[in-house]
Amino acid sequence: MSGGQLPRWVDLGLIPFLNLSAAFLVSGLVVILIGENPLDAVKVLLWGSLGYAEGFGFTLFYATNFIFTGLAVAVAFHAGLFNIGGEGQAYVGGLGVAFACLALDQYVPWYVTLPFAILGSAAMGAAWAFIPAWLQAKRGSHVVITTIMFNYISFSFMVYLLGNVLKKPGSMQNETRTFEDGGRLPFLNDVFPSFGFGYAPVNLSLFVALAACVAVWFLIWRTKLGYEIRSFGANATAAVYAGISPVRIIVVTMLISGGLAGMMAINEIMGSQHRLLIDFVTGYGFVGIAVALMGRAHPVGIILAAVLFGMLYQGGAELSFEMPNITRDMIIVIQGLVILFAGALEHMFRPAIVRFFTPSQALAAKEA
Amino acid sequence: MSEIPAIELRKINKSFGPVHANKDIDLVVKKGSIHGIIGENGAGKSTLMSILYGFYHADDGDIIIKGKKVTIADSKAAIGMGIGMVHQHFMLVDNFSVLENVVLGAEDSALLAGGLSRARTELKRLEEEYELRVDPEALIQDLPVGLQQRVEILKALYRSAEVLILDEPTGVLTPAEADHLFKILDVLKNQGKTVLLITHKLREIMAVTDTVSVMRRGEMVATRETGNTSMEELAELMVGRSVLLRVDKEPAQPEAPVMEVENLTVTDSRGVQVVKDVSLSVRAGEIVGIAGVSGNGQSELLETLSGIRRATSGTLKIHGESIDLGTSTLDAADMRKKNMGHVPEDRHRMGLINSFTEYENSILGYHRDPAYSRGLLMDLAAIKKNAVAEIEKYDIRPPNPMLKTANFSGGNQQKIVLAREIERDPEVLLIGQPTRGVDIGAIEFIHRRIVELRDAGKGILLVSVELDEIRALSDRVLVMFDGKIVGERGSNADEGELGLLMAGVEDNRMTAEGGVQ
Repeated sequence: MSGGQLPRWVDLGLIPFLNLSAAFLVSGLVVILIGENPLDAVKVLLWGSLGYAEGFGFTLFYATNFIFTGLAVAVAFHAGLFNIGGEGQAYVGGLGVAFACLALDQYVPWYVTLPFAILGSAAMGAAWAFIPAWLQAKRGSHVVITTIMFNYISFSFMVYLLGNVLKKPGSMQNETRTFEDGGRLPFLNDVFPSFGFGYAPVNLSLFVALAACVAVWFLIWRTKLGYEIRSFGANATAAVYAGISPVRIIVVTMLISGGLAGMMAINEIMGSQHRLLIDFVTGYGFVGIAVALMGRAHPVGIILAAVLFGMLYQGGAELSFEMPNITRDMIIVIQGLVILFAGALEHMFRPAIVRFFTPSQALAAKEA
Repeated sequence: MSEIPAIELRKINKSFGPVHANKDIDLVVKKGSIHGIIGENGAGKSTLMSILYGFYHADDGDIIIKGKKVTIADSKAAIGMGIGMVHQHFMLVDNFSVLENVVLGAEDSALLAGGLSRARTELKRLEEEYELRVDPEALIQDLPVGLQQRVEILKALYRSAEVLILDEPTGVLTPAEADHLFKILDVLKNQGKTVLLITHKLREIMAVTDTVSVMRRGEMVATRETGNTSMEELAELMVGRSVLLRVDKEPAQPEAPVMEVENLTVTDSRGVQVVKDVSLSVRAGEIVGIAGVSGNGQSELLETLSGIRRATSGTLKIHGESIDLGTSTLDAADMRKKNMGHVPEDRHRMGLINSFTEYENSILGYHRDPAYSRGLLMDLAAIKKNAVAEIEKYDIRPPNPMLKTANFSGGNQQKIVLAREIERDPEVLLIGQPTRGVDIGAIEFIHRRIVELRDAGKGILLVSVELDEIRALSDRVLVMFDGKIVGERGSNADEGELGLLMAGVEDNRMTAEGGVQ
């Protein structure tokens, strides 16, 4: 903590709020530039994402993906590692889900398949993170570089597998056969019909994601391993002094991180698509970085940030539908602005706010 | 002599919120004098100098330079008014030459060539005038710290500084280098420059200054002619009560060795031997001090013994077993299990995680201890209970285990580390720089605790660059120079002699008179 200690509500509430406001302000200017009314745009966006049950269902569906990938980035953050490989880890994680579903769906109900799908996706995601982790721990090859490289490897790897190995015989599509009921998670609309989620693909993996949030919180703040991860992330020299092995922490943390990213595939593959297909990750892994940044690497913050990005995805889709001037690309610009202000420019308002709020003892102590 | 003073401060006030860092400070610095400012950490010295150098702005009060009232907007303005600053941590570019560093920020034009040759001539003149010889083409990284500091002084003079502020200038110097610095300061004075010396070392104040001002808790409590005061008086003014400069302790009653190191050699990542064939032993119930100028292998010695750094070869006998350090893979956690505690030299870098709370730091390194964990989980209740007990016993203030350690003062941070290591009841305690950046009140407390640990029959290996501390605490003193132990003395070691050893002067009389009973 370089900037002194801020009251919690400022750090967790006010600063993200200011960053978001700045992002929307600039977005508003862009909307004006292309000749639309920004207030109307906001109305459409909010209505589309929160205004009716089905739209909200879509928001939650996207949020489920973001929770997994956000948690993945957050866990690595706590060890001072920047895992940019969520995209690839989630993609390969899809293999684990698909294997479980393809093997079991004809014989057992979904709730028997689910634990195997969770284990499988986590194992595959973790495996995909292992080599970058090992290279970082043993060779000092930076995980930022290697995880990005592994994203690209995963893209080609999956295209190869789906095109040559896993493809349904006789099909032109690069995808597996569609899972039977034993490989499909129930949609929330079927479980709670009264909510009226309609055709929204939000499914029971939302609860898996929430459970993962609790598990991550417990891991980071209540276990010895979490203490070691945080120690290493905050001060690697002190961690070595404390007898914490950097190799072990880097590898274990990256495995957990990759595993969480891999679990995103449960939502997409077992929850919605019901088959393994090409390019199902479509950027969720990358957006997870922004989610983790905005959520301050804390599970509660990540849930909130994930819902926000879910709103942008869903509301943005509606917006491009309602206001043809605002194209799909415009929505990506707005998302980009949120990522820019919440992530990259996270420290823009911070110094001024620190000056405003810092109890002066801290400053005086520092001057010595 | 009613000369116009070089600097006059009138009723300077500076607050950070409710904390009054500088209260109605008056200061008159005579032109052509060496003026010392002494005070504990947090007394407000640095704030005052930062105001003078344009880093901070005073809330009110006047700054008068050479008789004219001025406002100093930033450090550039300060330089323009002839104020130069030599920072505690040098502001030099390591892979630039001396000349390039001197010119840096004061280039005349975008093209270097013309400026550089003019600068070379000017530098030569300065070197001769102030007897500050440095090779202008040498790279900073190849120069010893004493010379690097000279470059800093040259930098200030090159910018036509009339007043030089030196912030804790001797922290990194050997006694010989420090003496040389004092000579340079004398030359500067004789050439009409004014020197402001910020320090917490009483000895330096006595040795070199003409006038000394004492600060305590944001106030200027006294200004004295150095000739008319004494160390005791200044120390008392600094803390506001009389302090023990010596540590009261009984003679040591050493027993069997608890730690023996034989032929330890350590090579660093660049392949340089930093510890060379060191052998030493620490007996139960004694404090063995390692004196030496920082950077002569003491840090590496401590890090190797504590399991942080790997040795090239050597043997360590501890806890009834003999470990081949050349092949051992024991890490810091393993060494702790062998009842070895370690108070590291740098608490910010190593001893504490400043963004963690006090209670989290109170188990750093002991977090796997069954006393503080249940299976995979941390036992937060037990950890907090222990933290509260240590806070009580070591008078750590503020007494709040939930506070981040970054918000504790240096002395209290050190107490957190010390409490953690001592309360685990180690057989051997390695201590590096126990009182660096710690105020006098806490120094007394920390020294007492260390002596108590000795009296409880534990072996202590103490590394400190403060010769006074080594002499006050140690029952035996080993001097390290260039990775080797170059001499051993008893508890009554002569300061001058130790100083010579620290500077690498060969010790031929080592066994003849330095013997220990």
